[in-house]
Amino acid sequence: MADETTTANALEIRGLYKSFDKPAVAGLDLTVRAGEFYGLLGPNGAGKTTTLRMVAGLLQPDAGTITIAGRDALRSPIEAKRIVAWISDEPMIYDKLTPFEYLEFVAGLWSVKASTAQERARQLFDLLDLTPHAHTHCSGFSKGMRQKVALAGALVHEPEIIILDEPLTGLDAGSARQVKRVLRERVDAGATVIMTTHILEVAERMAERIGVIAKGRLIAEGTFEQLRRQAGHGAGALEDTFLALVAEAA
Amino acid sequence: MSAHPATIGWLAAHELRLSWRDWFYLFTAGKKWRSRRLGIFLIVGVLLAHAFALFVIGRFTAADFPVSRANYLLLTSGVLLYFFLMTSQAMEAATRVLYARADLELLHSSPVALRRVFVVRLTMIAISIGTMAMLIASPFINVLAWRQGAQWLAAYGVVFSTGCVAAALAITLTAFLFNVVGPRRTRFAAQFVAAVVGALFVISLQVIAIFTTDTLSQLAVLRAGWVIQLSPPEDSLVWWPARAALGDGVRLAWVLGCAVALAAAAVVIFSWRFVRYTALAANVGESGSIRQGKAASFRLTSPGHSLRRKEWTLLLRDPWLISQSLMQLLYMLPPAILLWKSYGHGTDALVLMIPVLVMASGQLAGGLAWLAISGEDAPNLVATAPVTATSIIRAKVEAVLRAIIVVVAPFVLAFAMVSARHALVLAAGSALAAVSATIIQLWFRAQARRAQFHRRQTSSRIATFAEAFSSVGWAGTAALYAGGVTAASVVAGILTVLTLVVTYFAAPKAMG
Repeated sequence: MADETTTANALEIRGLYKSFDKPAVAGLDLTVRAGEFYGLLGPNGAGKTTTLRMVAGLLQPDAGTITIAGRDALRSPIEAKRIVAWISDEPMIYDKLTPFEYLEFVAGLWSVKASTAQERARQLFDLLDLTPHAHTHCSGFSKGMRQKVALAGALVHEPEIIILDEPLTGLDAGSARQVKRVLRERVDAGATVIMTTHILEVAERMAERIGVIAKGRLIAEGTFEQLRRQAGHGAGALEDTFLALVAEAA
Repeated sequence: MSAHPATIGWLAAHELRLSWRDWFYLFTAGKKWRSRRLGIFLIVGVLLAHAFALFVIGRFTAADFPVSRANYLLLTSGVLLYFFLMTSQAMEAATRVLYARADLELLHSSPVALRRVFVVRLTMIAISIGTMAMLIASPFINVLAWRQGAQWLAAYGVVFSTGCVAAALAITLTAFLFNVVGPRRTRFAAQFVAAVVGALFVISLQVIAIFTTDTLSQLAVLRAGWVIQLSPPEDSLVWWPARAALGDGVRLAWVLGCAVALAAAAVVIFSWRFVRYTALAANVGESGSIRQGKAASFRLTSPGHSLRRKEWTLLLRDPWLISQSLMQLLYMLPPAILLWKSYGHGTDALVLMIPVLVMASGQLAGGLAWLAISGEDAPNLVATAPVTATSIIRAKVEAVLRAIIVVVAPFVLAFAMVSARHALVLAAGSALAAVSATIIQLWFRAQARRAQFHRRQTSSRIATFAEAFSSVGWAGTAALYAGGVTAASVVAGILTVLTLVVTYFAAPKAMG
């Protein structure tokens, strides 16, 4: 991490603390480079979601700093939020709005020009197979459909950094593939994706670098190969590597 | 639960346990430490209700209730009013049976005879509505029994019968609606019908009162000589419930027997249909959604405007809100007719209407504010948007208040044509009531889904009471001022402000 320059980093977290009844995040340092697909792994209760919620501005940390593309997210949250999109495992959309209206609303919140937003919405609907449902209330949508609408909403303002918390939970194979394809395309276009997942194969296949969190701290970081070496597993799968790293930290 | 599994007794025990816990949660929000407080609250509530009943009817003696058509008419009207209100409640309960998915999938996939489940659930509606009717009427019945004699205790049987017949009608109406309008629209249609049924009797009496006595008093109609003349003779079957309430044991047995038989028939006839209907209702979500007309293009201006438009769109598409608003409008119908009738004949009608409209503004604003502020279905989206929290709240409050303006403005304009002063009082009173209800919702905001609206009171009893007190307070203040009792209106205004101050200090500090 020593060779990373501040300007090249999409996210820099330093000394982050958050405690509820017990510490959830305990002095976390994390750096994500601009334009990379970063996978954040960890056992249940490791502090992944809490960390990302603080980055997205949904939680106030007890201590520490969060810098998003050079902007201090705690002192200038609005500036930071302009370039970030957040998607959780439970897609929260409005049942009584259509996907078209939902994206129109999101574009309004991010003050995107109407013509630009509409063109992006059209592309996203095509990309995610939502066009036939664009003018239908979301109330009857399946989990996969709702997650795709949430993803389209997150991307309509072309965020530089996309934060996803378990985005593939409960999706069928087809929807999961579409979501992964869209995320890969965003990274290829220069965006940064930070994603937590319990599906280790997804992290192994998609993430350029992986961070492993346990007990609110970063216990390992690097490419899959680097992690495998760190865990002392020659040719094992990520699952073995992950379990070895977590066990080591425990 | 000692009954054999999957029998009607076993299922009834299960339902009773769920109902009890549901009721307990409604008052304690699941917090055990509130149980003691609930006990005290119930005792105080019961005492206050009896004190109120004593204040209203305590002065009447047995001599005031001689056996006469006039008194039969009065009692029967009371029973009818109760019946319509209970039917409205029972329709809500029957709709919940159809659409509450909590355990329906488990039940549908289990080897239990589903008809038994619905026999139990529909029976529970009849019993709970009958019991609720008895509980609500109990202070009045007890006071009458205390002051005029134990024969009034028979009224409990009549009230329970009213609940049973109301449940039978509600079950029948709900099944009929499901058959006619289908699973997708039944919930909304039932909410609408329930609202109309609940208001129908009172509004009809008020409208008759306006055209016959130039007042809004239902009692004036029921005491009118021509109405008594038109009513059936004393030995008519129509008066049996009234005679039963006055202690006629034979009539009470008949009334009770017929009511229970009606409820049982509705349960038996419709239980198998409810099995089929719940399966159809459960598949509504998967079978597609309401298709809207395609919007031509995005219309974007600012985050604030986007938020306001989103709130209005959701409010307009909220079935609960539409049914409640229609009910509010229905209640405004008699005052509107009175205004129309008294046009050019002084301002007395305006003074009568001001508290009704101010109260309605406060109540409507409270509901809208909860939906807009607490009932945010995508809190993370809004919280991660590059907009300050203050701007978000401001946009939501503006959306609520503008909606209230749209509702109240026509009345203010109509008032202005009669009296500018009264129009100003109405505008100011409505604004104060709406703003007060909105800020109470702001102080007590707690994240929830819009669908949880019917349980919004669980988040805070204080907020519920404060909202009601402030609406009543501003309604009283405006009415007193409009009636020319300025000093009393100042006192009422100060008391209302004090209510708000106390509410502010009682609000969760993190939210304040």
